[in-house]
Amino acid sequence: MAAPLVLVLVVAVTVRAALFRSSLAEFISERVEVVSPLSSWKRVVEGLSLLDLGVSPYSGAVFHETPLIIYLFHFLIDYAELVFMITDALTAIALYFAIQDFNKVVFKKQKLLLELDQYAPDVAELIRTPMEMRYIPLKVALFYLLNPYTILSCVAKSTCAINNTLIAFFILTTIKGSAFLSAIFLALATYQSLYPLTLFVPGLLYLLQTRHINPNSAAAVHTCENEEQSLLDLFLGVCHDVCGKPSGNHLPLLLPSQLLGFHPRSLWLYINVFFYTIPLAIKLKEHPIFFMFIQIAVIAIFKSYPTVGDVALYMAFFPVWNHLYRFLRNIFVLTCIIIVCSLLFPVLWHLWIYAGSANSNFFYAITLTFNVGQILLISDYFYAFLRREYYLTHGLYLTAKDGTEAMLVLK
Amino acid sequence: MGLLSDPVRRRALARLVLRLNAPLCVLSYVAGIAWFLALVFPPLTQRTYMSENAMGSTMVEEQFAGGDRARAFARDFAAHRKKSGALPVAWLERTMRSVGLEVYTQSFSRKLPFPDETHERYMVSGTNVYGILRAPRAASTESLVLTVPCGSDSTNSQAVGLLLALAAHFRGQIYWAKDIVFLVTEHDLLGTEAWLEAYHDVNVTGMQSSPLQGRAGAIQAAVALELSSDVVTSLDVAVEGLNGQLPNLDLLNLFQTFCQKGGLLCTLQGKPEDWTSLDGPLQGLQTLLLMVLRQASGRPHGSHGLFLRYRVEALTLRGINSFRQYKYDLVAVGKALEGMFRKLNHLLERLHQSFFLYLLPGLSRFVSIGLYMPAVGFLLLVLGLKALELWMQLHEAGMGLEEPGGAPGPSVPLPPSQGVGLASLVAPLLISQAMGLALYVLPVLGQHVATQHFPVAEAEAVVLTLLAIYAAGLALPHNTHRPLSYRVVSTQAPDRGWMALKLVALIYLALQLGCIALTNFSLGFLLATTMVPTAALAKPHGPRTLYAALLVLTSPAATLLGSLFLWRELQEAPLSLAEGWQLFLAALAQGVLEHHTYGALLFPLLSLGLYPCWLLFWNVLFWK
Repeated sequence: MAAPLVLVLVVAVTVRAALFRSSLAEFISERVEVVSPLSSWKRVVEGLSLLDLGVSPYSGAVFHETPLIIYLFHFLIDYAELVFMITDALTAIALYFAIQDFNKVVFKKQKLLLELDQYAPDVAELIRTPMEMRYIPLKVALFYLLNPYTILSCVAKSTCAINNTLIAFFILTTIKGSAFLSAIFLALATYQSLYPLTLFVPGLLYLLQTRHINPNSAAAVHTCENEEQSLLDLFLGVCHDVCGKPSGNHLPLLLPSQLLGFHPRSLWLYINVFFYTIPLAIKLKEHPIFFMFIQIAVIAIFKSYPTVGDVALYMAFFPVWNHLYRFLRNIFVLTCIIIVCSLLFPVLWHLWIYAGSANSNFFYAITLTFNVGQILLISDYFYAFLRREYYLTHGLYLTAKDGTEAMLVLK
Repeated sequence: MGLLSDPVRRRALARLVLRLNAPLCVLSYVAGIAWFLALVFPPLTQRTYMSENAMGSTMVEEQFAGGDRARAFARDFAAHRKKSGALPVAWLERTMRSVGLEVYTQSFSRKLPFPDETHERYMVSGTNVYGILRAPRAASTESLVLTVPCGSDSTNSQAVGLLLALAAHFRGQIYWAKDIVFLVTEHDLLGTEAWLEAYHDVNVTGMQSSPLQGRAGAIQAAVALELSSDVVTSLDVAVEGLNGQLPNLDLLNLFQTFCQKGGLLCTLQGKPEDWTSLDGPLQGLQTLLLMVLRQASGRPHGSHGLFLRYRVEALTLRGINSFRQYKYDLVAVGKALEGMFRKLNHLLERLHQSFFLYLLPGLSRFVSIGLYMPAVGFLLLVLGLKALELWMQLHEAGMGLEEPGGAPGPSVPLPPSQGVGLASLVAPLLISQAMGLALYVLPVLGQHVATQHFPVAEAEAVVLTLLAIYAAGLALPHNTHRPLSYRVVSTQAPDRGWMALKLVALIYLALQLGCIALTNFSLGFLLATTMVPTAALAKPHGPRTLYAALLVLTSPAATLLGSLFLWRELQEAPLSLAEGWQLFLAALAQGVLEHHTYGALLFPLLSLGLYPCWLLFWNVLFWK
């Protein structure tokens, strides 16, 4: 199975290298959909040169990266293209192995439940087989590496790719059952942007359920929590010592940019990320990885200054939920919405900024449509997942009391 | 969201879309066309009005009286130009300096990708002359431009004369708050492009030019003037710029205000407007169609068209001398220009209050974007409906049952059929896209090879290669997907292959037309009117020859040919077939040239976007 993965990696690296060499690279790195003030490479370079001049990069309002990133690139600035290609490759590899393990767990769980006769008798066609699950890890890697969004994000050298890698490793270590490592990666991701903090809940749920932590002792949960908290403190402390200033999660200015981020009135939307964690945790407590997928999507949709790189991360998980395909209702319409919006971004941006004939509201409208499309897509997946679970326990062909076919209603 | 999640309503909607698809498509198409035709009637057209406060309320008194002087300048200029055979740079410099301007020159050169036979030029080098009148009342932070493009023929002498006389008159006034640049360019648009690029210190088209020695401030507005006679019967105004960009409507309103004030007859697309008579709307429709055709072409219709790319509001005024009885001398034209410049001088900020996206059925009527967009929206809805129908058919064939709660039937094993559906699409998509790339790259790249092997000139070679590749595209993909078709036939549903391809093609076409219509409504609408019906009809069953003929008739190139005939028909100068063909060949060469010299986007759009998409439909039609 490693050979196809290597092939995919080679293709992905070739595409990226070709794009890095072409004249498109500069154009892409200026696109607002691809880079935000938080993740723009231009600003990293600016911060580095400020540092070289002996000025604190944080003294102005331009640089928003974390000190660890700036020290990373202080040594790697000449190999930046390589670094971004490697981070993408690492993300894909981490996701590949994570999903491989996850599938084994899923299959084992399904077998157990079958043996325990927990499933309804007529759900044979819903049962997953190892045949159809075999290529899922590869598809995940493929979806991540060859997704145009990821490629754009990598060619633009958006630091969002690094955050994606950290989250991918967090998922890998969680699935492998290493509480300590997963806490490290989660702390690193949270340190870069606040939102991955919400992934703590599904991670903890997964670790508890797969018995890597003894659930009986409440102290264990505390340990895990404290571990992550102390690691985060450690990273922030390091930065404080190094730069004399904490950084990262605060952003004083609101620049006109990006998918949802630029309209001041939409500020309240950002807090949304945290609203969903607890209800989702209650509803999906049995399925922490699906919970994690939904939470990553929610972060990509509702975070401030989102870019297409964030979108690419949760899109990589679509193959994992292949078996939900038959329950998805609006996949065609929603795919069309997302493609149309992706193409209209540059057109409307051109009309607003260069031609001057349209204004910001045109662009804002399309960013809103894009997000509505994403929200509907995610809720479609969510509903499909719940429906499948329901059918698994209650039988696929349900009849209502009066003998007609039954209908599931989401309330 | 009941519509999206309630299965009962969804099923009703699905049934509606499936059963009534054909009538709905026809209805939607007819609605689109009808909406467009209705644009000339009052609820949809509105009277134009001045939105900009700085130009609306204040009155100015025009004092220009230099008609004789303008004529004398024009005579001198024509004589010097005849003598030297090119733009008399030294004379212009001297004269501009004598009227008190700060004078600079700029030399430029450009090798065209292939010889331009319409203008008879290949290696172009020339000199632009411009004089700056410094504003006495402000720092040089903003400026206005009056430009006269001079071609290789001896036209536009009177325009240069009027420009110089106006410069002399403006020099004597004290109220200027913006610098005024008087620009005379050689080789008409090429010179303008060179000057604009140098002024903004960019190089987007590979023009070689010397840097500008003198600059005024940011250009707020520009007027291009074309005059070739001492008296005019009317002034025609051109607004359509590069890639269909339009200037702010207020600039046009300003021109119209001064035409009315001076009693000048002004026309749009060569047609005076007359809304009082009975056939007013009909005439409006004619003007509207002419505007749509011109905007769709994406060419700069006058040197103002190049200013628009730099966010400078600009229009071109053309003096027309026809057989009408009432004639106006240069004083009347000069007064109108003086009035316009004085009002522009009042501007406090860039023109931004009025519309940027509009259609004009007459000089005093306009249709704003919100009112004309539904026309193209209805046309694109046809594609959407068709795509939805195909998706539902594919989905039902593949899934067996859409609702798991539905009839408990045997569900077919779907993974294999799905796999084939996608894999068989890759080859046609790649091949047609490669054809498009060849169409874009090869003609200009291969012109030298073609001239070596065939007895043709370079320009002819480019056009003929273009046509050859275009025609070759019809034969090529048709042959290559045959080996794949075995796999399609081997599955249970032989229709899945072409349905999937058509689905992709429909979405591709809708996407492209939507994006085009947003930036250049006219082009989007024109292409949608022709391509949508046949795209919706194309399928490998039924009267194939009829479909094939229809598809060829609505291909992008045929649309271009048809537009040329319609264009001349509307101008009341119908073409014969042979003339039309010649004009078509010239238009192809011009399209390629304008892409390379000014960055016009029509050629890449057609060759890289719409032609491959159209080939997909051709592929669907001959699917085996």
